[in-house]
Amino acid sequence: MTRVPIAGVGMTAFGAQGERTSRDLFAEAASKAYDDSGLAPEDVEEVFYGNYMGELAEGQGHSGPLAAEAAGVTAPATRIESACASSGAAVRHGVNRIRNGDVDVVLVGGAERMTNLSTADGTAGLAAAADALWEINAGMTFPGAYSLMANRYFEEYGGTREDLAHIAVKNHDHAVENELAQFRRSIDVKDVLTAPDVCSPFGLYDCSPMSDGGSAALLVSESFAEERGLDPEVAIVGTGQGGDRMALQDRASMARAPAAERAASAAYADAGIGPDDVDFAEVHDCFTIAEVLAIEALGFYEVGEGIDAATEGETAIDGELPINLSGGLKAKGHPVGATGCGQISELTKLLRGDHVNSDAVEDAETALAHNAGGTVASCVVTVLEVTQ
Amino acid sequence: MSEETRDAGYDDFLDALAESEPYYLESPSGNGWLPPRRIDPETGEREFTEEPLPETGEILTSTVTHVAGPSFAADAPFVVAVADFGPVRITGQVRGVDNEDVEIGQTIEIGIGESESGDRLVVFEPV
Repeated sequence: MTRVPIAGVGMTAFGAQGERTSRDLFAEAASKAYDDSGLAPEDVEEVFYGNYMGELAEGQGHSGPLAAEAAGVTAPATRIESACASSGAAVRHGVNRIRNGDVDVVLVGGAERMTNLSTADGTAGLAAAADALWEINAGMTFPGAYSLMANRYFEEYGGTREDLAHIAVKNHDHAVENELAQFRRSIDVKDVLTAPDVCSPFGLYDCSPMSDGGSAALLVSESFAEERGLDPEVAIVGTGQGGDRMALQDRASMARAPAAERAASAAYADAGIGPDDVDFAEVHDCFTIAEVLAIEALGFYEVGEGIDAATEGETAIDGELPINLSGGLKAKGHPVGATGCGQISELTKLLRGDHVNSDAVEDAETALAHNAGGTVASCVVTVLEVTQ
Repeated sequence: MSEETRDAGYDDFLDALAESEPYYLESPSGNGWLPPRRIDPETGEREFTEEPLPETGEILTSTVTHVAGPSFAADAPFVVAVADFGPVRITGQVRGVDNEDVEIGQTIEIGIGESESGDRLVVFEPV
């Protein structure tokens, strides 16, 4: 385990700002990361940039060098695409490059522009993260895929729409004070249950929104941090990635997330910790059921037992294991390519004590990010620790 | 991708389905997969035989889709389901029954249908 200090982080507000290009969103996030770290564009030796649907939303491919240029960098730059796990994977690539000793400073992050699309076009764009032949051709949407998982979960382990509603309510509560969040208002269970239908059992409030936003982090080697007199308070100490069959129909179970189990197992081993050592986590709640699948795959709950966690208050801000203190994808927003590094940005601030919800985790030392792609055909788990 | 260009494997399966002769691919280990498939992702085996698909399957999970993409907007609301046929599971739309009456465990048979926009798709109907 080699620690990779996080020299600085930056995130735009997530929300509906569809007139802004993804290059501009990433530039703002990178700019904030420079300010946060004390580093400058000329320090960056490589860029890994997460973006999912630039071709669909902006007619823009080849966005690695474009993102680097927007961030003031002339250095090797590569776009990483792994659907909603794109920038989690970008972070992982950056960590690996530094651990290899290849470079000392990497700019990682991502951006996504989505709300310039109509709901129908955005729905089609997100569906492309599923299997085009066997799922999309049958009319499956992205909410539809997770609905299939939710209904299978209910069948195998029990649970109700109301249990899922508590997850949405909790994550909205967490976002109220977060200035970067898309939805800063509380909702109640009745709001969730009476919202317009999307795909049974999901109503509108079971789904994360379409969002525009960017995120960035500057990762450095320990030797570089020392040479430059940086004093990063948080470091990445573990990373893991897992994969699975693309289509739900080809998986051993539709009520579990084996890719997340594999990613977690690898990240825990890398960090030399277990699930009990994690003080709080940001997990990929693109739909309410996704938070259940995540906390079970991460080993926080036994399979089939995570469904009650929000209902019981265990994952709330004042619970034993706060989940999604930022508001999660549900309320903070989900600009797909920015989400994974956005989690890293929020966790870093929460651990450092400069996040609006930091007081809830004052003595915390270890946090975890879970970033899933598609219906968890890919997943990246990252473990962060305070350095002192 | 022009409308005229076929998706080899997938469209071959639909053609076979239209002739009531659906099949799946079986590797030497007995794993079943849908085409196109050259390598068994479980075993790495690279030889497959075409086997007849069982005539009926059982619904494992389903959802009533109210908000669809442009290709299926005119079809909404519709039911998407994953059905278990034994060696393979297949995703399709359930027809011939009220949306609210589709249940997990229901026995269905596979067929071919068309969306409102004219695209072929896999459909299931209760037996």
